[in-house]
Amino acid sequence: MIATRRLLLIAGFSAAFAGLALAQTTTVAPPAAAGTRFITVSSTTSTQDSGLFGHILPLFQARTGIEVRVVSQGTGQALDTARRGDADVVFVHAKAQEEKFLAEGFALERKPVMYNDFVLIGPKSDPAGVAGTKDIVAALKAIQEKGAPFVSRGDKSGTHSAELALWKVAGIDLDQKKGSWYRDIGQGMGAALNTAGGMAAYVLSDRGTWISFKNRGDLVIAVEGDRRLFNQYGVMAVNPAKHPHVKVNDGQAFVNWLISPEGQKAIADYKIDGQQLFFPNATQAGA
Amino acid sequence: MDFAAIFKAAFALVVGLDPGFLAIVGLSLRVTLTAVLIAGLIGLPLGAALALARFPGRSVVIVCLNALMGLPPVVAGLFVFLLLSRSGPLGPLGLLFTPTAMIAAQVILVLPIVIALTRQTVEDLWSEYRDHLRSVGLEGMRAIPTLLFDGRFALATALLAGFGRASAEVGAVLIVGGNIAGYTRTMTTTITLETSKGDLPLALGLGLVLIALTLAINAVAFGASRIGARYAG
Repeated sequence: MIATRRLLLIAGFSAAFAGLALAQTTTVAPPAAAGTRFITVSSTTSTQDSGLFGHILPLFQARTGIEVRVVSQGTGQALDTARRGDADVVFVHAKAQEEKFLAEGFALERKPVMYNDFVLIGPKSDPAGVAGTKDIVAALKAIQEKGAPFVSRGDKSGTHSAELALWKVAGIDLDQKKGSWYRDIGQGMGAALNTAGGMAAYVLSDRGTWISFKNRGDLVIAVEGDRRLFNQYGVMAVNPAKHPHVKVNDGQAFVNWLISPEGQKAIADYKIDGQQLFFPNATQAGA
Repeated sequence: MDFAAIFKAAFALVVGLDPGFLAIVGLSLRVTLTAVLIAGLIGLPLGAALALARFPGRSVVIVCLNALMGLPPVVAGLFVFLLLSRSGPLGPLGLLFTPTAMIAAQVILVLPIVIALTRQTVEDLWSEYRDHLRSVGLEGMRAIPTLLFDGRFALATALLAGFGRASAEVGAVLIVGGNIAGYTRTMTTTITLETSKGDLPLALGLGLVLIALTLAINAVAFGASRIGARYAG
């Protein structure tokens, strides 16, 4: 009978579907059940790619019961995410952009959290002859003069802002001087390092991402230790006057924990191969 | 690049059964299968209706739907992002950066494929069996269930095509999900992340697992249709 065959077939298909559905509901213990207390933090690729959040967030959650959901973007994009009201807290590293965010009223105060520094990464072959020097401005001038390949993040991130500021200090007008040697890739820190490795180019990186980066190939640190390579991170809770739905209390709890002795110690404790990646400085005035 | 390291990484992932990794695989499957299910529920009847209906501008609709099969995932993602952002029209729902948002974006990607392929399949069947169906009194929209049933194997392939598009894409889920660890991180966004961290063996190892998973699902579907064909004659 055709009818019975059809029934069998339908039963078979339903069983297969039910099996699939069952398989997925059992494997996915929903990562966060409804009603979980959480905040959304928009932050930079460096804090994520370096593994810092993987180290400190479980400590914060154990202390407060608040889950932190981190969306990692370049600093410019992270601030825009908060401007749209899609994050409760921003944790980024470009002081000028952060102060603009404050001035626009999207946050009531900015707290310094930690710093590390930028390093100029380059190929071992060192076509610009800058390896081992300490003057970042002189190094950039040499790269431009020799037309050595240079990879720029080009994504309005904190690192990109720092890079542009350094070209300005070097007195090089990129709009006029950039040629095929200057490669603007519009991607995150890790992608920029991968690209630089692939084409034996120089690239400005934060030290945290560099230390944790695994695909170094022929890349090495070319220039480090210049005072102008300082890299400060700040944190801000989004102003509820701008976005009434933001989680003010839990967001503020995260900010307070980051700058508390406990949070500062957690940051200092994060090491890769014995190297500390970030240096807490919440108490440093004007940072 | 050390290819042994890639297979070692893939093997370690599968054998280790790390809970974090299983959650990522589970979320990928949940998001993609749900999106395909929803797209199927909407797209199959709609595609069949489009095959049978005659109205002015029908060709334009068909061409548009066919073109939408090539919609870049990142554009679908951006569209859903702007819709769901707190500053967007559906902002008060608070759905941005959730698995639900990822499902919504993938439905937009899968739906045109399901509608377009269903429309083609059903139209072909209709031209073949029109006289027969009319003789048993099935005409117009009442013929849809029968036509869908008769075209079930071709339609299963349409759903698999949709599944393939959704499970392989990263642009949309990255934008609307935010790649939040333990919450909206899928296999493809993890691959992107590990690539940016420079852990290329792990990234490619994850890629191998994803391919194996897609292969398994296709094998199951193929087996099911074989068995179905035998019983249904």
